Parts: sequence; structure tokens; C-alpha cells
Amino acid sequence: MTQAPEKSQAKTPQRTDLVTLTIDGIEVSVPKGTLVIRAAEQVGVMIPRFCDHPLLDPVGACRQCLVEIPDAGNGRPMPKPQASCTITVADGMVVNTQATSPVARKAQEGIMEFLLINHPLDCPVCDKGGECPLQNQSMSNGTGESRFVEQKRVYPKPINISAQVLLDRERCVLCARCTRFSEQIAGDPFIELIERGALQQVGIYERQPFESYWSGNTIQICPVGALTSSMYRFRSRPFDLVSTPSVAEIDACGATIRVDHRRGKVMRRLAGEDPLVNEEWISDKDRFAFQYARQDDRLTRPLVRDEETGELRVASWPEAFAVAARGLQKAGKVGVLPGGRLPAEDAYAYAKFARAVLGTNDIDFRARPHSEEEEQFLASVVALTAPEAGGVSYTDLETARAVLLVGLEPEDEAGTIFLRLRKAHRKNGTPIWAIAPYTSRGLHKMGARLLPTAPGAEPAAIRAVADDGDIALDGGGVILVGERMATVPGALSAVAALARTTGARLAWVPRRAGDRGAVEVGALPNLLPGGRPVADPAARVDLAAAWGVDTLPDRPGRDAAGIVEALRDGKLRGVVVGGVDPADMPRPKRFRKALKKAEFVVSLEVRESEVTRLADVVLPVAPAVEKAGMFVNWEGRVRPFPKVLDKPESLPDLRALAGIAEEMGRPLGFRTTEQARAEMMQLGPWDGARPEPPTVAAAAGSAGTDELVLASWKQMIDDGRMQDGDLYYRATARPPVVLVNAAHLARLGVEEGALVSLNGPKGSVQLPVGVADLADGVVWAPASAPGASVRHLVGPAGSRVTVTSENFGGIS
Amino acid sequence: MNDSTATDTLTPVLTANWGDDRAWTLAAYEQQGGYRALTKALDMAPEDIVEEVKASGLRGRGGAGFPTGMKWGFLPPLEEGKPNKPRYLVVNADESEPGTCKDIPLMMASPHTLVEGVIISSYAIRANTAFIYIRGEVLHVVRRVQRAVQEAYLAGHLGADIHGSGYDLDIVVHAGAGAYICGEETALLDSLEGRRGQPRLRPPFPAVAGLYASPTVINNVESIASVPSIVGNGADWFSSMGTEKSKGFGIFSLSGHVARPGQYEAPLGITLRQLIDLAGGIREGRELKFWTPGGSSTPLLTADHLDVPLDFEAVGGAGSMLGTRALQIFDDTTCVVRAVLRWTEFYKHESCGKCTPCREGTWWLAQTLARLEQGNGTEADLDLLLDQCDNILGRAFCALGDGATSPITSSIEYFKDEYVAHFQQGGCPFDPMASTLFQTAGATA
Repeated sequence: MTQAPEKSQAKTPQRTDLVTLTIDGIEVSVPKGTLVIRAAEQVGVMIPRFCDHPLLDPVGACRQCLVEIPDAGNGRPMPKPQASCTITVADGMVVNTQATSPVARKAQEGIMEFLLINHPLDCPVCDKGGECPLQNQSMSNGTGESRFVEQKRVYPKPINISAQVLLDRERCVLCARCTRFSEQIAGDPFIELIERGALQQVGIYERQPFESYWSGNTIQICPVGALTSSMYRFRSRPFDLVSTPSVAEIDACGATIRVDHRRGKVMRRLAGEDPLVNEEWISDKDRFAFQYARQDDRLTRPLVRDEETGELRVASWPEAFAVAARGLQKAGKVGVLPGGRLPAEDAYAYAKFARAVLGTNDIDFRARPHSEEEEQFLASVVALTAPEAGGVSYTDLETARAVLLVGLEPEDEAGTIFLRLRKAHRKNGTPIWAIAPYTSRGLHKMGARLLPTAPGAEPAAIRAVADDGDIALDGGGVILVGERMATVPGALSAVAALARTTGARLAWVPRRAGDRGAVEVGALPNLLPGGRPVADPAARVDLAAAWGVDTLPDRPGRDAAGIVEALRDGKLRGVVVGGVDPADMPRPKRFRKALKKAEFVVSLEVRESEVTRLADVVLPVAPAVEKAGMFVNWEGRVRPFPKVLDKPESLPDLRALAGIAEEMGRPLGFRTTEQARAEMMQLGPWDGARPEPPTVAAAAGSAGTDELVLASWKQMIDDGRMQDGDLYYRATARPPVVLVNAAHLARLGVEEGALVSLNGPKGSVQLPVGVADLADGVVWAPASAPGASVRHLVGPAGSRVTVTSENFGGIS
Repeated sequence: MNDSTATDTLTPVLTANWGDDRAWTLAAYEQQGGYRALTKALDMAPEDIVEEVKASGLRGRGGAGFPTGMKWGFLPPLEEGKPNKPRYLVVNADESEPGTCKDIPLMMASPHTLVEGVIISSYAIRANTAFIYIRGEVLHVVRRVQRAVQEAYLAGHLGADIHGSGYDLDIVVHAGAGAYICGEETALLDSLEGRRGQPRLRPPFPAVAGLYASPTVINNVESIASVPSIVGNGADWFSSMGTEKSKGFGIFSLSGHVARPGQYEAPLGITLRQLIDLAGGIREGRELKFWTPGGSSTPLLTADHLDVPLDFEAVGGAGSMLGTRALQIFDDTTCVVRAVLRWTEFYKHESCGKCTPCREGTWWLAQTLARLEQGNGTEADLDLLLDQCDNILGRAFCALGDGATSPITSSIEYFKDEYVAHFQQGGCPFDPMASTLFQTAGATA
């Protein structure tokens, strides 16, 4: 339903600069600059290779792809076999590969023999066995037997590259894919080749662990079994796995992944290939954070609160539906909090359930700090944008004349965007500017220039960009604004205005996979499905007709904070809660109190949680891996995914809501994901007038100059519940620190790394202190980190805080 | 060197002052005319110096023999009115090839010859910074060159506004960390930039994107040291020496089983027979068995090649390469298998590890050769050895792998019977003591 009227801006550049050459007697024309190894693929010849990777710079190290070039295009032969991964095509060039040239074939067989002399014969126990480029290519391009009878090089194995990545040096063919990935793609050059000759090996700098959010990619692109993951090592064989293409449910990037399962259990996840989205890379979160779905606290049966004991007891689905329906009807006034992690079909079911069954617009997917300004922003600027409707896409990030980041730390909050921006910086020199408190490691790695901004001062900084001649934002520019800006009054208004006045294109980047889809399907108090404004009578009539109901509630609803308040003061008496973790809510304590106060709570959850423990009816719902659906990523790109594990007892949220709705006598009109999707597509997007963007004024400047203000955001690897279950993965989280500027550190009178106390409205936490280019009066600490989530322990971003060092000078 | 007929063939230019008192000092160097070529050069237009060097026919003295002036001409032209990237001159003083010992004695004996050459060459290519990358193990040489550079600064030959000409130049003396591969010019650049020394993919070539991705010329010590004499005496003087395509003079380093090993500076085209005469002949009572014309990476030659003119073309025609003119002389006491094994162990130790054939191939060659040297082999193993070499030669990333195969293939070509004798006897038929040059009493091989 995000497919707005077709205004295709697809611009595939016409290739006119073609070069024609002959490969194995077959003439082929390819774009200028193409490498011979890839031109050969065009004529169906797969030249064996190890170090070559289409997304990494050529290196020519393994020499496996040697070919004979009897004519370099100038009438002269190349004197010796050439590495086809480093030679670009030339007009009139003649290339003979192993398919036609005995010289090339012998050269390749010779290299293969060399590669194998020091390679252990442990294929039967190696993770890679069965999907190993070395194994496969030694079969296709090697000789049957080795003539090597001497001593193989041996090493103790494995050694830890990180908590997550293990290295078998014996298996390594030293292709440098992993080190080049780390240096070129991720920008985390913490692994390097060390030593020389046959003793060359991948190593780490001992004082700096390989702490990369992207480390898993090195395992996947390793052409042998040298790099393995702690969690998967020796767990299964590739030929026992069933692979399903899917989409990562862990952030709003929509990265395509491959989910491998065996006997009903997901064993691993790999990056899928999608040149338009994540190319071939995914974050470690996408790759490793999947164990949450099979933790011991997984809910398997519906629960209802026993009237006599007051305890939750197991119930049948029909009974649970009936109890839920009765309770909601009795409560009368009910709010809906679906959470931001749902596929669009499920979110749509919540949106319809609220309007057509409960008769309310009291629905809000935002289980995080939010504002009314944000609602308006989403309704006016964000809803219905999509790449095919001219919206900002990943490709646009690469081609943009300039990119402005506002309140968005891509490496932590939207990993795939980070990789694309780094690529833009590296390949095209795209200028990237960031309205942020300091030059984070992520910003540094994409060459971003800092527009230093204290939390709360963003609106002024945004306005200033319009007149900044260095940035020179214009129609070729792109603005990415993070969801955190909802917490700064006036920021989203200023961003919308900046886009309007400069002509730059604007995209909103949320954190959760379901956030953007929830906007599209109307899981907001001011927005109905398909971007229909609640306030627009025509939109309501349109939707009511489509749904076959007489009327729809016409009053804009309460947002999540409003629902919590209304539950506390009794204006709302019931609530339907989806995947919402109270810890994420703007005011967790109030939310917990509201749940206790509420007369009737229905919880749809995957695992036991604070909400399920307080609920009157608990309906166990399927995690993403056990259902089909679609996410809408930050671009507005629809990312459908199939069911990976077929578990009949595992139902999607929409089926559970349909069950309740039917018991209440107002059926949703669908029971399956397919039916829900069909209804959404039929409904289509709103083509009427759109609401105006917000024009909220910025808050007045802060008063006290002695006070420090806390800048903060969630780190990629943190204490989130969807990352439970993989300790190795979590061990690669960045250690939490408090960052201050150099002058501030001097005032504290401590060295970097010393423990300091960060004190705020919620309390204190002791963390090591670090230095960054923060403005005076600003400190940074992670909103979330394993064991040190500053948002709970100290306060949210923008809090007034102090940093003290007195009591921690000694041994603590 | 008291044989007058033989010494007539010597052309001491670079080595002329080596015997002077404290020849390495600025005073001694200036005493015998040093830095006059610089004065002359600074009066010339830079491009005229390039033309002069081109006209002289000077070819790279680091082994490959690429025309020096032409190399300088590969630098992209300076663009008028635009900011140009800095240009760099890098002197390759990482002399590590087994048998090669010309640059290190030159820098020890007369470092100012090199420094003057660096200044003139940098001026010619319009570089304002030059680097001398010296092999790290030779600390005494590093110190000597550092001192010479310091003296040159103090005398106004270096720094800002040299000799009032308005030309500025800084020289950085850099000590390597001890890797043969850093003699490969792009590996040297990586090392100089502070990275691991491994050869770079070309293109881009150093002339376009070398040190710090800027246009860079990399020349051998002896090439650069020859420049002052060319500027001082003219291109015709230089090209009057040598042969048709290999002009000028060069330092020939004789080592091994000759009476007087050392550096002999002579026109290119001199023969080994003449050089051995100059060096007082082969060891008493012994005969020449085999020799390397330019270090261990150049295929072996034998007594049959005594009259091959030592220039680029003739040595190439004899199936080897002139290389660095490191003439290692082995007499008939030497086991060729043992000598080749030692060299192969060197290549295995020095392979940088970047590419498969060199890394794995040298590892395997060393093991195979060690086995054969102990007599555990058959003639089929020689075919295996040759096939391993065939799979390395021309397949490796840089010339190190190629060089590793040279002693093996050439020794099997000329001395196959000697390998077979090892197999038949179940070990080495030679007495290793007999070939040693040091006191053998109490020594072990």
C-alpha cells in the first residue's frame, strides 16, 4: 500500500562505453573498466578465484584466476599468465581461460596444488565443508592428487579473533578478503595480516580487540573454513540445512538475509544479496540476534487469569479469545499499543482492530519517546513515500551531492545506511554532514563533518544549514533524520522546513523493523491505513466504505504516552499490548503502574515479559521466523518475507486479533496474513489532501550554564531482548563509557579510562571516562549497553547531569 | 691491483675516492671536486638534466636496467596554475640480494656521492622531498648517510634555497625493518608509508601514484650516484663507456672463491675472465665451477660463460640476467645442490606471503631440496622440482617468486648429474669443509 501513483524516477544509466573482447573464442561486449574475470562470467566461464570479491578492491593475491592473454588488445601477447581479477578489459583483447588454454589450466592447477599443500584435510569436520569454494574449486579446477609428501605447516587452533569470530590459521589461504572487508567496507581495520611467507597469518592488535559490528561478514566471505563463529562452529553441516530467503527483523533497514534451519531450529543467518538494499553485507545484529525466539521463556499456550486464584493459567485458544473479548467489551474504553516490531500485516490488524472493533483512534506503535509533532511529521512528510514514488533510496545516498544526518548515528541505529554512506564517502567522496554532539567512530569512518550540536539545540542547527554555503544543500542533497528527533521540540518541524526551502530530499529513519510499516498501516492516533488522515472526513468515509462499517471514530486518538496517562487516571480501562517492552517506553514506571491500574490487559507476546505477567489474557504469538509478512524499511520499500519455520501452533498477531474480534461480533474480515495483505493492497494509498507539516517552535534556550546536558543514543549491540541468547555476540558490544571533552577531562583531574560517576535525574552510574570532540557542556553516554543502560540508570538524552570523579580515584 | 694491463680496464668514478682519507666526510668529498656538479646542475633547467641523463644511456643499476631518464620522464607533467601533488624521489638502498654488495660499500665509503646525486636528481624531477630507504640491518651505513645528510644541510647543499638557487630540498633517511621484499619498489613505498612491506598492484604505477599516492621516482643508489658524474662530465663522456645498449660503468662485486674479493668498477661489457684476473684469479689450485652474474635471483652460469660480455644484452643472451652485477664465484669444491638449497631457504624466509605461488612454492621447494640434498630422491623428483618452478615462474605477484626458481632451474640445467650423484650416494658427495673460506679447523658446516 505504499505504492503511490507511479512517478517512476528510475534512471538506469545507458551504457554506451562498451568494450568488445573475445573470451574462449566467444565475442562479448562489456562496460569499460570491467575486470576480465567478470567479463568471462558473461560468456558462462567461471574462472576459479579466492581473493576476488566483486565488492572489494582487486588485490591479485591468490593467483588462482590466471588466464592466458594472447592479445592484450594491442596485437601483442601478455608474456605470462595474468590474474584475471586485476586486468581490465580492452577492445580487441583475446582471453583464453582454463576452458580453452592448456597454459591457463596448468597455471590454475599449479596454484591449487600450492594452496592445498598447507591446507589441512579436515573437510569432514569443517563448518565450510559442503559449501567451500576451496573444496569445490579443487574439485573443478585442481588435479586429483597432491605431490606434496613433506611437512605441512601446523598451528594450534582455533584462536579467538573476537568473542564471536574464531580463526583456524591452518585452513586460511591468506586471500585477505576478511582484512580487506574490515578495512574497506566496515572501516574497522582491527584484523590485519601479520608475519610473512608461509607463516603469514591473520592477526589482531592485542590491545585492540576485533570489535566490529560487521565481523560476521568476514566469516561469510571467507572462501575456506578459516573463520567460524563461536555459536555455529561444529553445529551442523551445510547440506543438512534448509535455506529460506528472509528479511532482518532487527532494524528498519530491511536487509535481506538467508535463514538456515535444521529440524525446526534456526542454525544460522547469512547475508542475502540485494544490490538495492544491503548489497551482500549485514550487521552482526542481523546475523546473530536470532536466538531470542527460542529462549526458555517462550510462550507456547494462551494464558488467562484465573478468577479464583488470580494466577495466570493455561487456556485453550477459543477460551482465551472469549475471555479477551468479554474483558475488552466490559472495559469499554480500550487503547492499543502494538509496538514497533510487527510486520505490516500484523500492524494493520491492530490498526483495524482499534478502529473497527474497539471504535477508537487510541492506537500508537511508538513504544519509545515520541511527540505530537512527530505524529504530524509522519502523517505529512513520511507516510506514502517510497523509492518508486521518488523517495530517498539507498542508491540515492551513493549519488547524493551531499548528505545531512540529523539526530541519526547510522552505525548504531541503521547499520545498512552506515555501510552505504561509507561506500559513498570512499568511492564518490560524497560530503556527509552530521548534526550530532560529537564525531563518533561511525561518523569518522564515513568521513562525516560534524556540526557540533548540544541535545536540544538541533532546531537552531538545522535552520542554520539553510544558509551554510559549505554544505550548499540543494535538490541533489539528502537529509536523513533519526527518530530521536521526536524528543526535541521543533526539530522535525525545522527539518521539514529545511527540506522545503532547499529542495533537498528528506527521509525519516526509525530504529525498529515495523516502525515504518506501522506508519503506513495507520497504527497512529492521527493516521488511518494508507496515509489517510483521521481528521479528513473524506478519508474516513473512504475507509469506512472499504471496511464495510458505518462510521469510524472521528476524534484523533491518544498517543502512547496519552494512553498510559488515561489508563492511570481511569479514562481508559483496558489496553491491548503487542510487543512492547516497558523499558523502552518514555516513562517505564508510569507504564507499569498503568498496566496494574488497568481493568483489563490483553498481551500478545512471543516471550514472557513484564507485560504478560500483568496481563489478564496472554496470547502467544509467532516471532518473525515462524510467520510470513512484510516489513517496510526506512525507504518505504516493501520487504516481504516467507515463513521459515512452519509451526502450526504458532499464530501471527493478526490471527489472534481476528479471533478476539470474531468473539466480539465484529470480525476483522481476515484470518491469514495473505488475506490481510490482499485487503491492504485493495485499500491502496490515500490520494487526497495531505496534512500540513508541523510548525512547532523550538524550546527556549536552557538556563544554567554550569549544568551539563546528556547526549545519548542506543548502541547497536545492547541489552535489548531480541538479542538474548547469544552470549558471544553480546560480548562484542562496545564497552560503555562516559565521553567528555578534553577540557572537561582536565577539570575532572583524571586520566582517560578512569572511573567517573555520571549522575542524573534517575540516579548514577560509574563508567570509564573517554574523550571526544564534544561541545562544552555536553557529555555522552550510551542510552543502552549491556549492563549499563544510561537511559534507565541516569536519565534520557537531554537530561541535566553531572560528572564526578572524587570517589573513584582509587581501586574500585 | 698492480697488474697494469688488467687495471687499465677499470674506470673508477664512483669508487675513485674510496681509498681517500676519511672519504666519507664532506671535506674529503669536496676536496676532490664534490658538489661541483650540483652547482652546475642548479644553473641548468631541470628538463635539460633529464635530457642529459636520457642521452647518457644510464640504465637502472638496481638490476632491471630500465633507462633512468625515461623513468623520470614518466612523471605526469606539472599543470600550470593548478595545485600539483608533491613529487618524491625515493632512493632504493635496501640492498639485500644475496651476493650484492655495491650500494652499502658506496654509502659507507662516499655517502656524499649519493647525496649529491639525490639533490641533482630531485631538482631534475622537481621534487622537494627525497627519501633514502636503507636496509635496516646495516645500522652503520644508516648512521653514515644520516651524518652526510646533516653535513650537506649545514653546508647549504640541502634545505631551503640551495646555493641561492631558490630550490628547496629535504632528504629523509629511513631505515627499513629488514625485509628482502622491501627492495621491490612498491613494497618499499608501503614500508616507507609505515605499512607492511608487500608489493602493490600496478597500475597505478609509482610515477603516477607512488609514495602517499603522489608521483614518485624510485631509483637505485648506484643509478642516482652516477648522476653527478654525468652532469659534471656530460652525457657523451658517460656513453663513451660500455657497450652499444648498456652504456657507462658499474660496480662489479666479486665474492666467493677468488683471491681478492671486492668491488671492481668497470665499463659494462667487461667479462668475468677479465674480472677474475683483476681479483687475482680463482683460489689457488681450484677451477671455476659456477657463478651468478647478478645475485642469486639470476640464473647460474658456468666456466663456459667466462667470456660473455657483462652487459644487459649479452648476459640475457646467455640465459641469465645482468642483475646487480653481484658476481658470486664458486669453485669446484662447492656442492651446487647445497648452494641452491641455501638460497632457496633464503627465499622461503623472505617471501612476503602475499601471493600463493611464492608463499607456498618456496615453502615446498625448500623442503623438496632439503630432502634431495640428503640423498632421499630420484630423478623423478627433479621433474617435480622443475614443475614446481614452472608453476611459480611468471605466476607470482612480483619478481621474488621468479628469482627463487632461477638457481634451481639453472643448476638442474647445468649440473643435473650432481643431483643424481646425491641420490646414488645417499647424500652429498662433497666435503663441505673444502669449500669454506674461513678457518676450517674446529668449524662445522
